Amino acid sequence: MLEGIVQNAPLLAIMLPLIAAPVAVLFGNKSVAFYISGATLVLSFALCVYMALLVSDGSILSYHIGGWAPPIGIEYRIDAANAMVMIIVSAMGALVLPYARASIEKEISPGHHTMFYACYMLCFTGLMGVAATGDAFNVFVFLEISSLSTYVLVAMGARQDKRALSAAYDYLILGTVGATFFVIGLGFLYIATGTLNMVDLADKLANSPDNKTIRAGFALIVIGMGLKLALFPLHRWLPGAYSYAPSAVSAFLASTATKVALYVVIRFTFSVYDASSGFERTTLEYIILPLAITAMFTASAVAIFQMNVKKLLAYSSVSQIGYMLLGLTYLNQTGVAASFIHMFNHAMTKGALFMAVGMVVWRTGSALLPSFAGIGRTMPWTAAAIVVAGLSLIGVPATAGFVSKWVLMAGAFERGWWPVSFAIVGSSVLAVIYVWRLVEVMYFQEPKATTKDPVREAPLAMLVPTWILILAIVWFGIAANAPVELARIAADGLLAGGFDNGQTVILGIPGR
Amino acid sequence: MIEFLTALLETPVLWFLLGAIVLPFIPAGTGRGLLTLVVPIISAWVIWTAPQGLGGAASLAGLDLTLMRVDKLSIVFGLIFSLAAFLAAIYAWHLRDTVQQVATLLYAGTAIGAVFAGDLLTLFIYWEGTALASVFLIWARGTEGAFHTGMRYLIIQIGSGVILIAGVALHYTQTGSIEFTSFTGEGPHSWGVGTWLILLAFGIKCAFPLLHNWLQDSYPAATVTGTVVLSAFTTKMAVYCLARGFAGTEFLIYVGAIMTLFPIFLAEIENDLRRVLSYSLNNQLGFMVVGVGVGTELALNGTAAHAFCHILYKSLLFMSVGAVLHRTGTSKASELGGLYRTMPLTMVFCIIGAASISAFPLFSGFVSKSLILSATADNQYPIVWAALVFASAGVLSHSGIKIPYFTFFAHDSGKRPAEAPTHMLIAMGLTAFACVFIGVFPQTLYALLPYSVDYVPYTWAHVLEQMQLLVFALLAFALLMKYGFFPEEKRGINLDTDWSYRKMLPAIVGFSCQVIGAVWSELMRGSHAAKNAILDLLSGYYGPQGRAAQVQSTGLMVLWLAILLGTALVLNLVILPS
Repeated sequence: MLEGIVQNAPLLAIMLPLIAAPVAVLFGNKSVAFYISGATLVLSFALCVYMALLVSDGSILSYHIGGWAPPIGIEYRIDAANAMVMIIVSAMGALVLPYARASIEKEISPGHHTMFYACYMLCFTGLMGVAATGDAFNVFVFLEISSLSTYVLVAMGARQDKRALSAAYDYLILGTVGATFFVIGLGFLYIATGTLNMVDLADKLANSPDNKTIRAGFALIVIGMGLKLALFPLHRWLPGAYSYAPSAVSAFLASTATKVALYVVIRFTFSVYDASSGFERTTLEYIILPLAITAMFTASAVAIFQMNVKKLLAYSSVSQIGYMLLGLTYLNQTGVAASFIHMFNHAMTKGALFMAVGMVVWRTGSALLPSFAGIGRTMPWTAAAIVVAGLSLIGVPATAGFVSKWVLMAGAFERGWWPVSFAIVGSSVLAVIYVWRLVEVMYFQEPKATTKDPVREAPLAMLVPTWILILAIVWFGIAANAPVELARIAADGLLAGGFDNGQTVILGIPGR
Repeated sequence: MIEFLTALLETPVLWFLLGAIVLPFIPAGTGRGLLTLVVPIISAWVIWTAPQGLGGAASLAGLDLTLMRVDKLSIVFGLIFSLAAFLAAIYAWHLRDTVQQVATLLYAGTAIGAVFAGDLLTLFIYWEGTALASVFLIWARGTEGAFHTGMRYLIIQIGSGVILIAGVALHYTQTGSIEFTSFTGEGPHSWGVGTWLILLAFGIKCAFPLLHNWLQDSYPAATVTGTVVLSAFTTKMAVYCLARGFAGTEFLIYVGAIMTLFPIFLAEIENDLRRVLSYSLNNQLGFMVVGVGVGTELALNGTAAHAFCHILYKSLLFMSVGAVLHRTGTSKASELGGLYRTMPLTMVFCIIGAASISAFPLFSGFVSKSLILSATADNQYPIVWAALVFASAGVLSHSGIKIPYFTFFAHDSGKRPAEAPTHMLIAMGLTAFACVFIGVFPQTLYALLPYSVDYVPYTWAHVLEQMQLLVFALLAFALLMKYGFFPEEKRGINLDTDWSYRKMLPAIVGFSCQVIGAVWSELMRGSHAAKNAILDLLSGYYGPQGRAAQVQSTGLMVLWLAILLGTALVLNLVILPS
């Protein structure tokens, strides 16, 4: 039994939630749905940790679906890069779930709760699948699974604020256009090479003469995915979607969805294509780099002026994505590792922030800045969580955010790009300002005159997951070696090019 | 994490952290007070017994950190920081404010941590730690003004940290090492940008001229006990860093000389006594920076000794003025006077502090300042020596005489406050005792110094020289007071025609001050208007209704997508050759 689970770990981590979703709907009871979801998510997380341990020596797991060997069959191919993204997704999925149970009590009408869990499972499946698969078309399929369920999840915020509907609609249109670009890009690749398996693609691309189909395919894939990861200026869907979605959905999406899309860009740029030279490199340096730096400043500047705290955090996410993209453009080990470390750290930080802000919204009923007045006294634990996560967002030492910024700066120096390091410091100063605005309101303003329902600390079901993240932020701010090591192995594998370096362990039932 | 905890176990910082964590759970009162006393004692014991050399190894993101580098330079600063924390804890015995007590422990702990940091990253972490912890001592005053002062203070302190980390990163990429050793190399002309940035960061915390304003702005704004704590750590931590990193950098001698001179005039005309002390703090730092700049063994000994003594007597002065503020509610010279009747002990302690800072023989300032003066004289810096001598006279005038005179004597303010609380008297008494003890038995201090000392402060030449200076300065003060020219005295003055030129000079000074003041306020108003205009402009674009944050139609967003794709395609297909 255990052997079977271990042998099929990549498949189980993704398929369990996929099967659990309809099962939960069939039971039709929200408590049952919650426990089914919880069990599968925890199991999925455990499997991801197990796989991360397996690949932490630089080896690669290859799982052949149904025993069909690639390139004919679909392959799940997991190295340190995938494992890191899968840990982010599964850990956040498992942590947000108990939080969601408490928060949707107020935010979503009771009749939709079961459906909420089902959509949440599907979204989770999609994101995990994108991260695990080694088949280019499979990426598109899982992406659509996650996107479609995300649109529904965002729209569920409509009970709180009707604008959730238009935000979900915007996201639907734009997300579909982005995904279409992506699939057209894949079509070009298929025309040029006749295969969709990533290892095979990389091999054929490396050996085929340069041609315009391949180049156009790259542009379509990067820009299409650029929309999904909220590459500036394609980020306009994000603030609406994150701020009007239910709090739990915001927390989960903000910490996972964009990271997974970014992972896809990284995988295609480095493993399928070869970013070390040629047009791939030019695209990174002349399109991605300037946009990343613009995002770091413009989105932070917008965040400073926001009155809606969830929107503030959403714009801050856009600027933080700038940091992650920035690391890629260095094209050195430290830079790419910095991208992965920042994905990991920012997932914890932004997840914790959205959860903490969600608790304030839960108690006060509004995400506008004035409703945060005096939270420092009325909701001390929530306010403290916002402060710690805010410090991590700025990059203060002894928090996770510092580690990623440090590595990111070290990468810039290694590359010899001095001005970029000043841009990193400069935009951190903007982060100081918007975090400070929150702190000032929370601690230095009097609580609003209470109406009938005095503001109290949030329930434990929401506080505990948030504080687990806060402790993780501090833990990984001090003991940063584990994620840094994993990220460096991931970066080494990616920079070596191809998807075929390192010892490959074949799992499952090889055969047919 | 475990690695960090075991590394922390070797450092005194651990005890401050533990203390800060435990403190809020102890009810306010004796138990809590005892905790704040015990922590510095343990810290001193840990420092005293720590083996010399490198310890507390840990690693962060692939870099090796050294949390505990013990040598004689760090020991002397570590011990005086522990002592200062201990004395401040006695002084603050009456305090029932959890925030201030925790902040004090964290502040002292991070400052001590910085002194023992063996690498620049650890230094940076503690560097920012002191900034974050100390600002609460200003905010604890609870007034609107204190809040804004605290903000300004925090921005500058964090700013120096940001500059430091930028410098460290540059230094690291150039040298591949983050070890915290001397940066001087072959002199300033060989320094990279990183080294200059590190020096700038140290300079901000050390209140170099033109970088000094935060000090006079913030220290007088803190709470009574907060100022005592603040005066001990931040600047002396910076002096230690300078001594460690930039000993023997010649231009620091001139920087230090300017630091000793310019605050004198400002201190002379200042009315708030705590601000006077802040200016004189700046002036005393100048002496230490000169010592760093000279960089010989004698000079560095002088810097360390002066920092040691300075922390004691400056604390003592802040304590006594603080006690007066505690009892009367004011620290303005014009509102005080005649307090010797009811606060005799405070007066005695204040005078001991004043005598120490003025470097009277048999008081602590004398035995430490002599070292620095001798070092400049030995190394052929006559002008600097003269500047320091002049500055010493200035110190005597504004700190040595002005503080006790206007507080306890001068015209009778009519105030009859009670004597300072007992715990404050104990704190001041102990500090005063230390000042006198060091002055009388300088060898006990000299034994602690980084280099071996065969210096004899009490030679006839030194004593005579110093006494001449002091006596003349006293005489000048007496004359000024007699003829009513000391700036603070505003009582009616009968002027003869003979004396009109004396009247004219202050008038000219006053006029130019007014002109400068007017121009300055215009400039400030102008910059305020400019600031508002820029903010309006920015919020017009980035604000919730601005272009950058507007909700746009879906079509427009798709257009953006198309533009970006078009750009990428053009770049890939047209511009780049196949």
